[in-house]
Amino acid sequence: MYNKGTIIPGLILFVLILTSPIWFNGLKAGDLPKPEPTVGVGKQCVLPVQEMRDTHMQLLNQWRDEVLRDDDRSTVVVNGKKYQKGLQMTCMQCHTNKEKFCDTCHEYASVKPYCWDCHLTPKQAASKKETH
Amino acid sequence: MDNQRRKFLKIAGISALAGIGAPALAKLTSSSAFAAAQEGHKAASGAAHGAADPSSIQYGMVIDMRKFIEKPEMLDRAIAACGKVHNIPEFPPEKKKSEIKWIWKTPFENAFTDQSQAHLSKAVELAQFPVLCNHCAEPACVKVCPTKATFKMKSNGIVAMDYHRCIGCRFCMAGCPYGARSFNWEDPRPYVKTYNPDFPTRMRGVVEKCNFCGERLALGLKPACVEACEGSGAMVFGDLNDEKSEVRQVLEKEFTIQRNASAGTKPSVFYIV
Repeated sequence: MYNKGTIIPGLILFVLILTSPIWFNGLKAGDLPKPEPTVGVGKQCVLPVQEMRDTHMQLLNQWRDEVLRDDDRSTVVVNGKKYQKGLQMTCMQCHTNKEKFCDTCHEYASVKPYCWDCHLTPKQAASKKETH
Repeated sequence: MDNQRRKFLKIAGISALAGIGAPALAKLTSSSAFAAAQEGHKAASGAAHGAADPSSIQYGMVIDMRKFIEKPEMLDRAIAACGKVHNIPEFPPEKKKSEIKWIWKTPFENAFTDQSQAHLSKAVELAQFPVLCNHCAEPACVKVCPTKATFKMKSNGIVAMDYHRCIGCRFCMAGCPYGARSFNWEDPRPYVKTYNPDFPTRMRGVVEKCNFCGERLALGLKPACVEACEGSGAMVFGDLNDEKSEVRQVLEKEFTIQRNASAGTKPSVFYIV
């Protein structure tokens, strides 16, 4: 092999730089997020906790399509309590703090859902309340 | 050898000709295929231009201008009610190009551009007409939308918007013969006065318009503008396909006009002038 002296150290250096984030974080993925659900109104979610963790994004998309595209605004009944299908209208009634609930995990996983481009967080909705 | 090749080429040529020509010949000579094609065309055009499916609901509205001319402030109330319910931004006059309109005021000559009557009555000439999305039975905006972000709701005939899908191409704005669609040139939130916590805002880069208060109808309420004129009969809302509905009763009694009916979109908003 020609130029063995430069190629092999160069390759080693390249691999080291490529994997540097792993070495810098000491093989840890950072502290796990601790979302605060702030349950108030219904005490029980529309699905079991684990299922909500895994598939809440699918459920939100399904609700969105049913309500918006099929005009199917039938309610979801949990423990005898009726819920409308809606993020801003329903989810955020119990989970009243988007910053401490949604954002903790989304920031950890570097997920940027576009929900809040249009939908109002409870904080935003309260910021311009009707006054009279 | 040579003889064989000559034979082969002849046969190949003839079969090629027959292969290309036979289907075309069969098509041209078969009369049943011709008739079927014509019938198919007839059926398709019938569905496109015929009467809308009378078994489904088509929400519509009758606007009685006599009432609005009598009480012009009622229209301001209706517009304000709509804005409040749907988090519609109010831009200052210097930002008129960013204006978002769901229901708004316009004079007769702008509302009814195809009606060029001379010598209008003074009352009509000076009146401000409420105009909004006509929720057409044959909406042009729906036909041009490349993402199906705007569509005709099957269950109630409302021309609905799915803002999640809108890419802001503004084809629908070009397609709409009523100028009933507005584009969000900038983030509308700083210009929304009070938030209705049960309704989202829109974001920069989507087209929006009147939704006939689909979210209120689902709760058994009337559209916000109709509710604001409650009791006056200035705005009557209901199913145009139901002969017993209040709108149909009014339509049977009164002579009404539609905006730009010649565009062929079958608008669902009628005016008593």
